[in-house]
Amino acid sequence: MDQFTINIIFVGGSFMLYVAIAIWARAGTTSEFYAAGRGVNPVVNGAATAADWMSAASFISMAGLIAFVGYDNSTFLMGWTGGYVLLALLLAPYLRKFGRYTVPEFIGDRFYSQTARMVAVISLLVMSITYVIGQMAGAGVAFSRFLEVDATTGLIIAAAVVFAYAVLGGMKGITYTQLAQYCVLITAYTIPAVFISLQLTNNPIPPLGLFSTHVESGMPLLAKLDEIVQELGFRDYTSNHGSMLNMTLFTISLMIGTAGLPHVIIRFFTVPKVSDARWSAGWALVFIALLYLTAPAVGAMARLNIMTTIYPDGTDSQPISYEERPDWMRTWEQTGLLAFEDKNNDGLIQYYNDASPEFAAIAAERGWEGNEMVRFNNDILVLANPEIAQLPGWVIGLIAAGGLAAALSTAAGLLLAISSAVSHDLIKSTINPNISEKGELLAARISMAGAIVVATYLGANPPGFAAQVVALAFGLAASSLFPAIMMGIFSKKMNTAGAVTGMLVGLGSTLLYIFTYLGWFFIPGTNMLENVPANWLFGISPLSFGAVGAALNFIAAYVVMNMTKEPPEEIQELVESIRVPRGAGSAQSH
Amino acid sequence: MSDKSSSNAYWQANLRIIKICMVIWALVSLGFGILLRPLISGIPVGGTDLGFWFAQQGSILVFIALIFFYATYMNRLDREHGVDEQ
Repeated sequence: MDQFTINIIFVGGSFMLYVAIAIWARAGTTSEFYAAGRGVNPVVNGAATAADWMSAASFISMAGLIAFVGYDNSTFLMGWTGGYVLLALLLAPYLRKFGRYTVPEFIGDRFYSQTARMVAVISLLVMSITYVIGQMAGAGVAFSRFLEVDATTGLIIAAAVVFAYAVLGGMKGITYTQLAQYCVLITAYTIPAVFISLQLTNNPIPPLGLFSTHVESGMPLLAKLDEIVQELGFRDYTSNHGSMLNMTLFTISLMIGTAGLPHVIIRFFTVPKVSDARWSAGWALVFIALLYLTAPAVGAMARLNIMTTIYPDGTDSQPISYEERPDWMRTWEQTGLLAFEDKNNDGLIQYYNDASPEFAAIAAERGWEGNEMVRFNNDILVLANPEIAQLPGWVIGLIAAGGLAAALSTAAGLLLAISSAVSHDLIKSTINPNISEKGELLAARISMAGAIVVATYLGANPPGFAAQVVALAFGLAASSLFPAIMMGIFSKKMNTAGAVTGMLVGLGSTLLYIFTYLGWFFIPGTNMLENVPANWLFGISPLSFGAVGAALNFIAAYVVMNMTKEPPEEIQELVESIRVPRGAGSAQSH
Repeated sequence: MSDKSSSNAYWQANLRIIKICMVIWALVSLGFGILLRPLISGIPVGGTDLGFWFAQQGSILVFIALIFFYATYMNRLDREHGVDEQ
């Protein structure tokens, strides 16, 4: 059986499973559509949250990001997991006790203000729509690589599948498909990692393999990697090369950004009890950690593998010739994500850091005229892993299904956050408060369908700023929603004026800082300052500014709160009531 | 950021345990993983140092432990103060 047929079987099989779940888990009420009837087991919700959270970026890109940068990109590992501690301790149990359906609804009710609710709706829509574009585009790429259809056709197939389970099942359908998607993606990620770890270190557990001995050289794996990359003029893998302040702020931005993402928060509305919300955050992190502990091992091992593939007899000897390159390189060259150029016409592949002045003399002495692996896209690393480790064809099919599961599960979660904001926060609360339960459910389904159409269109025609959007989403979540929700719970005296000012200051300062360096609305050429570390305020990169925006939000809110009237008695009682678990019960009808 | 009026014992106990957990949370990630790494660089772990291990594995393991500890602790606290869900 050829690889194409195997890929079709795996991807097609997983899609049929998702659609079958959708038919089984149809939503009949708004409570089921928005919050899966609040009947989801906390462990199941943990796995669904993990799939919801781990996007194409986690599955496909993260190992590559770590592999080619090393220690400095540990920020992604700490940032994207540390947010769950904030969720479990500061947000999830209280929001579950509050017992409503959307994040803007909490902000609107707690700050007794339609304005506050609308500011929250706008932040939610901007961050979720930008985020979903990346997921749809990622699904399109996975389709075109593995199923040999063009990206747009792939995208439409993916959209049709999401349509089936998200529109029919709402949160209920999404939850159980995400559970299935988690199983698919974690299996796909782990199997090649286990084999690579076994090959390099004899240890079947990749996170342990990362810190054990490299069998071939007898040295610790990371020491071997440091040695080999430095011999070729690259920066060593395990030391710190960037600014510590910037690293710290970037990590904090990712942490609070994670805790403030609405599509993650609403997952905690689906569990039956307040105590379940706490447990569920823990289970979510366990399931996420299975991938996040494996990713740095995959990164380091794959980087070492590539080095030793190109220099089989050590870096002092000749590299392999272009004609004898392994098959996986041939396959990926066809996608354009990997490219070689024989600069000195010797038929061999010289791979080294030609930007290093220290290495220039050695390169000149050897007759090297520049790095000849001219392109190696980070995303290849995970997708080509089974081929690099020479695993059978079915593992490649599994990786294809896993990548799509990661992209689709996140897309579905985001689409639900978008559609519930439209149907519940805009239509039900603002345009037509007298809408019936049936009417609202229909409105929710239509909003979901609309959101899918918009996301598919934008995924097929991504705006120029697609690469920047994830940073924007995290910056916005960190600087606007997280502080507002946290103050709503932990400060009884926080009032409308304080919360609204805080959100606007956090949002405004973060957008301003990002646009200053990346261009107004990401239009190239409109940036006021060149995006280089020398221009950054105190060396803080635009991607790390969310933490500063959040701090400004807190400060502005407190200053304004102290100058304005304290909230009414019933709001202060509301805060008292969400602080204790007793009386959570099921969804309130309103 | 507690308010003077919410002085009930349950909430104060909750804030106390949250603060302790947050200090550990920051210490293992921002501390050992980044800012304090130079201080613990003398402790070798599998070809590199302890700070690198905290940055890529240790912090995540501690995060998991913190959440499960907090959930267990709060379940007990809920019962002791009679505010648990029946």
